[in-house]
Amino acid sequence: MTEQNVDYKKTKKRLDGRKMDETRPLKIDVGVIPNADGSAYLEWGQNKVYAAVYGPREALPKHSANAYKSVIKVEYRMTSFSVPDRKRPGPNRRDQEISKVLSEALSRAVFVEQFPNTEIGVYVEVIDSNAGSRVACLTAASCALADAGLPMRDLVAATGVGKAYGELVIDLNKDEEDAPDAVDIPIAILPNSEEIVLLQMDGLLTKKEWEKIAKLGIQGCKDVYAIQKEALQKKFKLGEASKKDLGKKTKKKVKK
Amino acid sequence: MRNTTLEYDVSKAAELAREGKRLDGRALDEMRELTIETDFAKNAEGSTMVTLGKTKVMAGLKMGVGMPYPDSQDEGAISVGAEQLPLAHPDYESGRPSDNEVELARVVDRGLRESKAIDFKQLCIKEGEAVWVGYLDFYALNGDGNLFDSGSIAALVTFANAKMPKLDKDNRIIQKEYSGKIKLARFPLLTTFAKVGGKVLLDPTYIEEKASEARFSVATSDDGFMTAMQKGVGGSFTLEEVNYMIDLAFKVADNTRKKLKLK
Repeated sequence: MTEQNVDYKKTKKRLDGRKMDETRPLKIDVGVIPNADGSAYLEWGQNKVYAAVYGPREALPKHSANAYKSVIKVEYRMTSFSVPDRKRPGPNRRDQEISKVLSEALSRAVFVEQFPNTEIGVYVEVIDSNAGSRVACLTAASCALADAGLPMRDLVAATGVGKAYGELVIDLNKDEEDAPDAVDIPIAILPNSEEIVLLQMDGLLTKKEWEKIAKLGIQGCKDVYAIQKEALQKKFKLGEASKKDLGKKTKKKVKK
Repeated sequence: MRNTTLEYDVSKAAELAREGKRLDGRALDEMRELTIETDFAKNAEGSTMVTLGKTKVMAGLKMGVGMPYPDSQDEGAISVGAEQLPLAHPDYESGRPSDNEVELARVVDRGLRESKAIDFKQLCIKEGEAVWVGYLDFYALNGDGNLFDSGSIAALVTFANAKMPKLDKDNRIIQKEYSGKIKLARFPLLTTFAKVGGKVLLDPTYIEEKASEARFSVATSDDGFMTAMQKGVGGSFTLEEVNYMIDLAFKVADNTRKKLKLK
């Protein structure tokens, strides 16, 4: 469904009714895969992804180990039924490339130098998609790493920004990705330092447009960050049991 | 690296089984809690998430248009794939399908295909030229044993709920438009057992599978047929045990069908 005659400058609204700087609904659940050391499930518009973390564990094959840091191995995969035309099972070149950039983005967030000679396996699986699956996966993966209790500089928060039908927009959906003038820019930052850890783009864009887009993108990532934190806090708020324990000890001390 | 906790649990599972008990407190012929969720993947023609205890399996169906086989010019086809995602268990690895995955996919496939649950003639678009091919892929999302039964339930429910895509006049699929459903003639489900400590256990967990001497699966349908059988792992069963498992399988599968309103 490519809409050739749409002009966002006139409509002031996007095809799905969103405002130009409005992100699709985002929902994150942490700790959804019991076998994993850390995990997350994320819904972002129609995108649905699972992320799981195993490790740090022995790096295999042995020659993949690094004597100075842990190697983060990301495997980004899509189920065969996650796209309109069935995807052949098994990784393709796109999966490989995305796995690599996600791994590099996450390596900046985790204190990998604390776990030399090990690997941290990060597995992300897309089960339904509608543009923006890699930023959805990165957002979920970083929550899964935090869930695994790994020491981290910050979470990695990601979003898509770009251009469609004559306007700069955040979080493009599939119809917008297919626009004649579409530019899609996945971006991810460490929200507290605003370090950019992932940035990709293709299409035609002026510097001016980019400056606006970058602003939009960083703000978008920070909005995502707020939801990530909320999801983690939901799981890790001081549990009732530990609260009681702490309470008892302090009370006793006070009484004496 | 040796996993001593696992080794302990495995030997404990065998020890308990000998006394007729199980690690999770179930009776030997008791199934874990089963829940399903459907149609979460909007790009798929049908999708099902099965949770069986801690095991989580998800299936999705994509319909495609293909050429008929030379020996069945007026029949469509199905293809079943299984993947043990590396996110589902520390033992699972990515790469080429493992022997376990191939066996898993083929046993679930046979339960559906050979039971004639799907009338392949209804999947014919134009004799000799174009037929429907149903690609059903299922994935383990959290592995805690008995992927056979969870996969079988996920596959059957997916086919039962699937929407058929519409075609344009050149037999190309029109995205997001559907017409009708796939009719199923019967509803076969697999039921799997493991032999642990000399006893037969229904619906084994991961630990129990590790402890098992042998495995047996049988697919049974609502109209009283056995539609597939598969014995796996080294050990053996007596005929008495096999008959006991088949009888129990009919009851278990009937219960599951009733619970999932498959009729």
